[in-house]
Amino acid sequence: MISAAQAKVAGTADVLSVEDLHAWYGESHVLHGMTFSLQPGEVVALLGRNGSGRTTTLRAVMGLVGRRQGVIRVAGKDAVRLPPHLIARMGVGYCPEERGIFASLSCEENLMLPPQQKSACGMPLDEIYTLLPNLAERRHTPGTRLSGGEQQMLAIARILRTGAHLLLLDEISEGLAPVIVDRLFDLVTVLKSRGYTILLVEQNKYFAAPLADRFLVVERGQIVMRLTAAELEAQADLVDRTLGV
Amino acid sequence: MRTSLILLIGLLVVGIFAPFTGLYTQFLMKCLALALFAVAFNFFTGNVGLLSIGHAAFFGMGAYMAGYATKAWGFTPELALVVALIVGLVLGLVIGGMAIRRQGIYFAMITLALAQMVYFFCVQAPFTGAEDGLQRIPRRALFGIIDLSDDLAMYAFVLAVVVAVVWGFQRLMEAPFGQVLLAIRDNEPRAISLGYDVQAFKLSAFAMSAAVAGLAGGVKALTLGFAGLPDAHWTQSGSVILMCLLGGLGTPLGPIVGAILVVTLESRLSSLGVVHIGSLSVDLSSKVPIIIGFIFMLCVMLFRKGIVGEIAAVLASAKGRRLSAK
Amino acid sequence: MFDIPLQVLLGQITIGLVNGCFYAILSLGLALIFGLLNVINFAHGALYMLGAFGVYLAMQKIGVNYWWSLILVPIVVGAFGALIERLLLRRLAGLDHLYSLLFTFGLALVLEGIFRDIYGSAGLPYPTPPQLRGLIDLGFMRLPIYRVWIVGVSLFVCIATWFLIERTRLGSYLRAGTENARMVQALGINVPLMVTFVYALGAGLAAFAGVLAAPIYQVQPLMGSNILIVTFAVVVIGGLGSTAGAIATGLALGVIEGLSKVFYPEISSTIVFIVMAFVLLMRPAGLFGREA
Repeated sequence: MISAAQAKVAGTADVLSVEDLHAWYGESHVLHGMTFSLQPGEVVALLGRNGSGRTTTLRAVMGLVGRRQGVIRVAGKDAVRLPPHLIARMGVGYCPEERGIFASLSCEENLMLPPQQKSACGMPLDEIYTLLPNLAERRHTPGTRLSGGEQQMLAIARILRTGAHLLLLDEISEGLAPVIVDRLFDLVTVLKSRGYTILLVEQNKYFAAPLADRFLVVERGQIVMRLTAAELEAQADLVDRTLGV
Repeated sequence: MRTSLILLIGLLVVGIFAPFTGLYTQFLMKCLALALFAVAFNFFTGNVGLLSIGHAAFFGMGAYMAGYATKAWGFTPELALVVALIVGLVLGLVIGGMAIRRQGIYFAMITLALAQMVYFFCVQAPFTGAEDGLQRIPRRALFGIIDLSDDLAMYAFVLAVVVAVVWGFQRLMEAPFGQVLLAIRDNEPRAISLGYDVQAFKLSAFAMSAAVAGLAGGVKALTLGFAGLPDAHWTQSGSVILMCLLGGLGTPLGPIVGAILVVTLESRLSSLGVVHIGSLSVDLSSKVPIIIGFIFMLCVMLFRKGIVGEIAAVLASAKGRRLSAK
Repeated sequence: MFDIPLQVLLGQITIGLVNGCFYAILSLGLALIFGLLNVINFAHGALYMLGAFGVYLAMQKIGVNYWWSLILVPIVVGAFGALIERLLLRRLAGLDHLYSLLFTFGLALVLEGIFRDIYGSAGLPYPTPPQLRGLIDLGFMRLPIYRVWIVGVSLFVCIATWFLIERTRLGSYLRAGTENARMVQALGINVPLMVTFVYALGAGLAAFAGVLAAPIYQVQPLMGSNILIVTFAVVVIGGLGSTAGAIATGLALGVIEGLSKVFYPEISSTIVFIVMAFVLLMRPAGLFGREA
């Protein structure tokens, strides 16, 4: 559960507020003016085809793209000119598509690596192990020998430990067996119930649909549709056509 | 085809008129030798995209072998140059063979270390004359009949050789072979997936580059009359890298421009001697490496495309603006 | 060939071990810089030279003795390294590593050129500190105390560096950063600062080796470039990925080089490269390397 102090700060402003965000990889202009915001405790999903700019949006928020322009505010504080490590310290946790597990460190070393942000309360180790028991079992296994599902859980657990309250999750269900995907689904549900704010990039509509409160359809670096969960149901065909499904 | 023809004619014209502009023929021949060396280096590093820090090994051995063949075996210049070419080729295949499977930094370090072995060989081998090197290499008659003792005659011969090789490289780059090399440089995995034997291409390019570097060493030895340890030292490898960087790596003309610039710079700085700036008197001749080093750093920081590269970029953007304005 | 007197053999092994210590310290610094920054630090030899000149000038110009220099000179050179990284090298970070290699190459030329211009190419002598003069008589051989000192303090520094990298939190950031610097930064760690620190650490280690070297090798402007190429070969042989491996490889190659001087002096200057050629054919990633 996020602390009362966090809830107070978060309650007064959007957790994440993005206005007219443009982003470039070198010469390539990838985001053409993304505008959206996240309320505390919301789960928002970015839907779209491959290459539409969803991953780039997450990376841009985290400061990992070549060049950005526009407004990015995390809990009211300006973040567009900050380097990634300072954005992380504002309580933003990023879980990339490749998971980013360090092969030369063990499972527990990976978990213990990131420093706890001072103002936030990182999830204690035993709580993480209660939530994700197989990480406890595999704590001394080197990063390279973890299965895909375990790596994914480790990647999420890692940012929970830093005390991040805004989670950026990129394609967490990708390439995993249905059993593992179910477990991840349960995990995200628990996190949602504890008040985390989550921005999700998800290819799998069936994974995202029950979890998210709102859906943003991204095409060519811009948001072309904004739907609530109910509207997603109602306009399922239109969405499918836009996604090219 | 057009580019190489323009290049050929341009170089010939400039080359033919150069000795009559008051520049010392010896200086011009040194320019030719080093321009050839730079072109050889650029053929591999500029077009394949892998840094070789050991090219001095080929240059030095080419110089020594051509010199020794002329002095001790009585070879005529064209044969001596063939010897230098073959020495470079063989050495290139050996060193390239060991290094080519590695990428990036490892490749560079391996070429450096193997070149260092060649250097130590040159230090110790009896025929190289160690510290003194091979001195007073005679100028024998070309093909046994054409007298080359006049600098101008020698210059003409060397000019012909250099222009022919530069033209040959340019044609090679325009041919499918060259296109494959560029494809490998820009996206090696893709080239592999298209079915090209990437290692074979890279090794061939390296061997050709080494062969011509050896040839350049031979030219240097025969025109200037001596071959020494500095020719095989790794600072010579650094020098040729600077020439290409300054002139423009990957461009056909860049290495030549860069070589001429560096040779000119070094000789001017040495001859300037003591310079007076205000109340300070600075002896420039001993500061050449410092100045070269600064130019190196400046070039890398601000001027990466090199002279020819920058000009090409300006021309390309001007062309782009004209096209988009239509 | 084998009736070499024991004394000569042990003497060469000792010298070899001493050289090996220098190789170990220098290759450790090079490997650290290459691992995290992806830079082939061609200026490493010049930084080593700065260390030797530092201790020499400290004595000549400001009368600072060896013991103080041992601590102060590496700090000063380390700070210089930090400045170079922060102001200049950083700008080349995203580019092909060719450029940072060439930049450090130019830097080496400038540094060596400046010192060669001022002090000439001849070597300058630096006296062995009085507390470390003399010989220890072991009966079967006599060991110069200074060489024992070099081996001892080098091993100490190597082990301390190993501890820093393998057993501390900062070290874990470094090892993770070598794998994926962006990810480490996204987890809240100030990677740019770490990068500057690592370059400074490498420079400091090189300078430290230079201070140690001053009394036994002559202090001369080209001392760095002579040892640098061999150090590169040592790094290639050891491979990247093991701190202990780099140290062990440096020491071993020093001893091998020393032994070759006894049995086959003609190849002693190239033996390291010959070993490198063999290792590359057998294990391309180096003895302790991890194929990236």
